[in-house]
Amino acid sequence: MSGAPSLAMADAAALAPRGALLGARGWAAVAAATLTITVLVPLLNLMVPEDNALHLGDFYVSLLGKILCYAICALAMDLIWGYTGILSLGHGVFFALGGYAMGMYLMRQIGTDGQYKSAMPDFMVFLDWKEYPWHWALSDSFVAQMLLVVLAPGLLAFVFGYFAFRSRIKGVYFSIITQALTFAAMLLFFRNETGFGGNNGFTDFKRLLGQPLNSPATRVLLCVITGLVLIGFFLMARAIVHSKYGRVLQAIRDAETRVMFTGYDPVIYKLSIWTLSAMMCGVAGALYVPQVGIINPGEMSPAASIEIAIWAAVGGRATLIGPIIGAFFVNGAKSWFTVAFPEYWLFFLGALFIAVTLFLPNGLVGLFRRKSEGVRTGHDA
Amino acid sequence: MLLRLLLFLTSFLGFSAAFALTPDQAFRISQGESDERIAALNEAVVAADPALAAFVQALLADEVKLAGGKALIVRDGKALDAATGAAVALPDGAEDVINPNRVRRELEAALAGLRLFSSDRSERAKAIAELKDQIDDSRLAVIEKAEAAETDPALKDQLGLLRAAALVTSADKGKRLAAAKLLADSKQPATRSLLIERLAQEGDAEVKASLRASLGTVESRLAWGERLGVLFTGISLGSILVLVALGLAITYGLMGVINMAHGELMMIGAYATYMVQNLFRQYLPGAFDAYILAAIPASFLAAALVGALMERSVIRWLYGRPLETLLATWGISLILMQAVRSIFGAQNVGVENPSWLSGGVQVLPNLTLPFNRLAILAFAALVLLGVALLISKTRLGLFVRGVTQNRRMASCVGVNTARVDTYAFALGAGIAGLAGCALSQVGNVGPDLGQSYIVDAFMVVVLGGVGQLAGTVYAGLGLGVLNKLLEGWQGAVLAKIMVLVFIVIFIQKRPQGIFALKGRSAEA
Repeated sequence: MSGAPSLAMADAAALAPRGALLGARGWAAVAAATLTITVLVPLLNLMVPEDNALHLGDFYVSLLGKILCYAICALAMDLIWGYTGILSLGHGVFFALGGYAMGMYLMRQIGTDGQYKSAMPDFMVFLDWKEYPWHWALSDSFVAQMLLVVLAPGLLAFVFGYFAFRSRIKGVYFSIITQALTFAAMLLFFRNETGFGGNNGFTDFKRLLGQPLNSPATRVLLCVITGLVLIGFFLMARAIVHSKYGRVLQAIRDAETRVMFTGYDPVIYKLSIWTLSAMMCGVAGALYVPQVGIINPGEMSPAASIEIAIWAAVGGRATLIGPIIGAFFVNGAKSWFTVAFPEYWLFFLGALFIAVTLFLPNGLVGLFRRKSEGVRTGHDA
Repeated sequence: MLLRLLLFLTSFLGFSAAFALTPDQAFRISQGESDERIAALNEAVVAADPALAAFVQALLADEVKLAGGKALIVRDGKALDAATGAAVALPDGAEDVINPNRVRRELEAALAGLRLFSSDRSERAKAIAELKDQIDDSRLAVIEKAEAAETDPALKDQLGLLRAAALVTSADKGKRLAAAKLLADSKQPATRSLLIERLAQEGDAEVKASLRASLGTVESRLAWGERLGVLFTGISLGSILVLVALGLAITYGLMGVINMAHGELMMIGAYATYMVQNLFRQYLPGAFDAYILAAIPASFLAAALVGALMERSVIRWLYGRPLETLLATWGISLILMQAVRSIFGAQNVGVENPSWLSGGVQVLPNLTLPFNRLAILAFAALVLLGVALLISKTRLGLFVRGVTQNRRMASCVGVNTARVDTYAFALGAGIAGLAGCALSQVGNVGPDLGQSYIVDAFMVVVLGGVGQLAGTVYAGLGLGVLNKLLEGWQGAVLAKIMVLVFIVIFIQKRPQGIFALKGRSAEA
């Protein structure tokens, strides 16, 4: 049960028909998902009375929103790991950068409603700062901050990736260095002097574009937007992996040297997908912050980043639906465990890491696919 | 008569009887303008009479009253003559002595001056330290006398410095100049602040130049101590990093296994040390100081056992799939961490240094090397030597090298590669346990112990290059020293970030680390 061949075989089905983006069943599923998130969720939360059995509680709406953000991260991870074979242990830093960019705008939106009734964010008043640091210059503009949401992680990923891929750092070396990257960023953001609220980060947000964040309508709307973004990213990822570009990525995953020898420059391919993946994580972070109401350097901890990888692995790498399923499965289990058996959650998560790598190299999706197409794929996983 | 007896007694005790405290002196110390009282006090201190010490103490405790031109010590309603110690009737209308703050300070300093003549060495050393804080030339006489009487060379040196510090405040320019030169010989960190302070107050250009020259000398001498201190903490950190990374280098170098649970194996070693400590405390309290000697093999075995279990149950199924191994070992690390939390609690546990590891050796006045750091340095060197011998001289080492170089060929000539893998992994894990045992002597022992070192340890392995013990050593020591140097310059967090950036840039130049294995493979 070596990893690379079995992955390639699982993919054989996905690779063969290069024509339509999705089959009829695929489009139907996308339409169903779109309808669920845009109609069903708001309906069940806002219209159905609370005592009705079908009512979707506020808690579940924010949980759904949160997991949808995680699913975007898992999808981004899948593009870089599942399809290009580069395991990043530092995607948390891109997620957090997007979150911080959104958080800066939200901090400015608090206005004078903070604890100290000052126009400056509370933590700056606390640190006795009289004016905004340079990187807060554009924080009052929603458009500028939304650009930062993608540009900041994108730029970091581009510069880091350029140096790493150019000197052909790959495999576990690359993984470890990305872990060091997120670790260094975490240390940096823990400092008060960095200007991002130190270890408390940003919290206590009041409104977004003038709309109060704690109203049910805003919450549902954010959840719906997150769902639509996820579906949009899914279709984009589908288009990517189905294009010639996507085929080269998968060739790099399976035999980078051969790709190089046939005349392709892997650096350009790796760098572009790596940067795109980081930007997707940034968007996820920006959607996550207003829904969860806090962003702090803990999101950059190496543990948080490695969890993103496990979502993709649990669902099934090198399939696009797998990471989304994985994000829902792991985070659903997490929110259930941490309420029911808090002390056993890490045991479960640890066991999941081991079980998936040992027994489910193709994840939950692979399990399903093997049952339905057991004879055709025919490997002894 | 009594007075004569006292005189006799004091001369018997070795003090100059001619300067004993007289009733007149006692009175003058207690009454009048502050300046006059201080002058009288300093005059009396030179005599170093034990009666004066008692009297000054009484003054500080507000137990002295004045009556009829005499100072009386009044305690429990009874009055004693301050000079002679004879009991006298407390006259009506005795006045309290009031000590302004300035006089009080002088009295305290006088008391310290008196203690300079104590027969107890540590008492004298303490008095010198006390006087150092508030020195001026009024103390000169007593210090000179004490210096002449002092027999301990170290204390004599300190007194000489004290004398210079007193002289430098003198009104006489010549004395100040001499003192400024004298101070240049000082090895004390406090001299620097003294010189800087005097430099600000000094009006005379010549003395100022002399002071500045002395300051330069003292600073350059102290700078050496500080530089050596940074170097030592750097090497100490480096030795810890080498210990931590050594096990990683073995597992990664041999099997290409990135063991993310390495930090947790260290934690197991530290907890094994904790348990051995508790056993010794309970059953062998007499031999408590020796617990660490039992803890070293215990921590090695505990971690090696867990490592062997990990290898047999999980890792051997994942050879050739490094990324999967990375995730699986991360899962193991989560389980180990939570298991320790469930058994021992989430709080840090206390591991005590054995008494022979606490304290340190003072090399320079501003450089003390703690014994536990020195011990870890020696321990890391021993472990390194042991591993090097094991790899190069033993049969197991031969097999390990063979499997590393060419697994299939080793298997063909009859090496049981699966067993070598298990042994090698257990060895790497055991070394992690030893690192944990060492860390328990300098830091906190808690479930998160491994997490704080794991990123650094990986950096050492990445920087040092794979499969090279020498690379690990150079990278570990280099990173430790670099980290501490930058820390002194920019603070701990920025230093760490700069080191990480440095590594990323370094990898650009030498992707395979400092000591790359030479070869022609395109798949490096």
